[in-house]
Amino acid sequence: MLTIKNLHAEVEGKKILKGINLEINKGETHAIMGPNGSGKSSLASVLAGRDNYTVTEGEVWFNGKNLLELSPEDRAREGVFLAFQYPVEIPGVSNLNFLKTALNEIRTYKGLPPLEAKEFLKLTKEKQQLVDFHSNLMNRSLNEGFSGGEKKRNEIFQLAMLDPQLAILDETDSGLDIDALRIVSNGVNKLRDAEKSFVVITHYQRLLEYIIPDFVHVLYNGRIIKTGTKELALELEERGYDWLKEELHLKESV
Amino acid sequence: MINSNEIIDDIANKEYEFGFSTDIEMDIAPPGLNEDIIRFISAKKNEPEWLLEWRLKGFAAFKKMEFPKWQHFEMPTLDLQALSYYAAPRKKKQLNSLDEVDPELLATFEKLGIPLNEQKALTGVAVDAVFDSVSVATTFKGKLKEMGVIFCSFGEAVQEHPDLVKKYLGSVVPHTDNIFAALNAAVFSDGSFVYIPKGVRCPMELSTYFRINAQNTGQFERTLIIADDNSYVSYLEGCTAPMRDENQLHAAVVELVALEQSEIKYSTVQNWYPGDKDGKGGIYNFVTKRGICKGTGSKISWTQVETGSAITWKYPSVILQGDYSEGEFYSVAVVRNKQIADTGTKIHHIGKGTKSRIISKGISAGHGDNSYRGLVAVGPRAENARNFTQCDSLLIGNQCGSHTFPYIESRNKTAMIEHEATTSKIGEDQIFYLNQRGIDSEKAVALIVNGYVKEVLNQLPMEFAVEAQKLLSITLEGSVG
Repeated sequence: MLTIKNLHAEVEGKKILKGINLEINKGETHAIMGPNGSGKSSLASVLAGRDNYTVTEGEVWFNGKNLLELSPEDRAREGVFLAFQYPVEIPGVSNLNFLKTALNEIRTYKGLPPLEAKEFLKLTKEKQQLVDFHSNLMNRSLNEGFSGGEKKRNEIFQLAMLDPQLAILDETDSGLDIDALRIVSNGVNKLRDAEKSFVVITHYQRLLEYIIPDFVHVLYNGRIIKTGTKELALELEERGYDWLKEELHLKESV
Repeated sequence: MINSNEIIDDIANKEYEFGFSTDIEMDIAPPGLNEDIIRFISAKKNEPEWLLEWRLKGFAAFKKMEFPKWQHFEMPTLDLQALSYYAAPRKKKQLNSLDEVDPELLATFEKLGIPLNEQKALTGVAVDAVFDSVSVATTFKGKLKEMGVIFCSFGEAVQEHPDLVKKYLGSVVPHTDNIFAALNAAVFSDGSFVYIPKGVRCPMELSTYFRINAQNTGQFERTLIIADDNSYVSYLEGCTAPMRDENQLHAAVVELVALEQSEIKYSTVQNWYPGDKDGKGGIYNFVTKRGICKGTGSKISWTQVETGSAITWKYPSVILQGDYSEGEFYSVAVVRNKQIADTGTKIHHIGKGTKSRIISKGISAGHGDNSYRGLVAVGPRAENARNFTQCDSLLIGNQCGSHTFPYIESRNKTAMIEHEATTSKIGEDQIFYLNQRGIDSEKAVALIVNGYVKEVLNQLPMEFAVEAQKLLSITLEGSVG
């Protein structure tokens, strides 16, 4: 579904990604871990098409399409969803109106008619329950005055509504208490199926106790330096990243 | 060659001498501003002597005045002598119904999306269409007449309700008020007149569509609305204008009079030609709008959505004379390219317990320059007067300007005046967030802008609000990216 080949990217002239290779198949969940500044969130931004990132080398293919040639909105319409680490607040735009616009834009792109108000509300009710998203948040301005937990739940709620093929969760666990973490993770787990793939970016193994990944990758200095299964996450929790860094330096010095 | 003034002299004097009939083949007066042209206009409209005298007083005041210098923009060069002060569509005889209106004229209205006939009838809006200074059609008159509501062209009101006109004309915006009001007093062409009798709630939104058409014709509309005791009226004014190459001055005057416990709601959507990308050729919209809450517990509410014109310069104001009267001003002003807006309101709290609320939303894009200028004045008798002002600016891009000039004058210790102001920019982060959900940048801006102005659009009648929302989206197309 998603193929990343030798991806290099920079922001303001600074090299951030230095040759990422990653293959994600339908239905798989990949965790990307790594120390601060290793390029995890940058990878998410590049995939979503944030324009202050410049891709200098490499390719990204998504369902046979050259993702890097698509505008951010077309990537979204093709089925790439980014759950933001810091969701923005947009005063005056109601959550409901925003979602309806987004959903119908995606449907129009796919050649589907806009969803009727009744169906839309039905879908909303259904998906709200997934992340225990209160109805009173629906009519409020998008993320305005939401708590950290509410914002993250809103991201997962949008994910449920827009039903993408690939969901990238950028540190969705940051700023969540343990109850909220459980709610958000449960929501994600209910959305997992054979058609949908997830990239879960996180600092902590804790999240991966709830969302169990098929693969764990360690990103360091703009490259994936190790790939394993969920056990790797446990090992990282126990030993930190230093041993990997050392391993890497040993390899490089040989 | 005969001097054009001589020709006017000749025509004016001659026609005046013999009186005017209505079945004149249309004419456009030669350019120029002088006493003769005023007499000519007055005579053409078959006006009573007192009105001519009032016009002449306006002209005398005008001659003594100079253009203001306090505005936050460079005053364009206006050659008022180069304008023609009278133009009317050709008409062969007095028209009795819409069927008799020139089909070409009706076709133009259709093109402008001005549904003069059944469409409006179905939605319950009565229309008084002003085409180039002269009213050509009025609908729904019968129904309104039954209730005693007078809704007609200004010219008609002068003929049929001279006492009302005489009593209130210039009572809110005197002929000496400002240079443009003085000019309007001298040469006003036509406009609308509304009178709502005691205890009547006007059953429909009254709507007037203005349009600037003939080239080089200054538009000097005059509107007078009187709400008698315990009455209510909602009045809509909307404007569109076709592409123009030459600047056109629009110096209208609107006067509102609210008597005991009455309410006037005045809504405007203004979308005149703003000029090309360099600001060339747009309309100058220099309008004086003012209402007076004369009666106890009366209320006047201005709502405006200003997207057009090269320069928008106006301050729809309210004089809160009656005790416990209330004034409101809701405004959205959008500027893009090289458009300029210097707009806001003035609220004079005179009576005790008077209240006012000001919500102003400025949007600047491109090289546009948007200024809010507002005065809240509380007089010594205005015990417990209250004002709340919220003044927000939204910037799109890096080259636009936004300014706020709030003036507060309080001469009563019990007054409570609140002023809140915010400036925000549509952030790249916001746009990207919406992009990432499948919404393109144009739609993203429209979504954010419509959210931002919602509080004001909510004040408009439903049908108008939808149009205004569309208008905003269209206006801001291409302003991002």
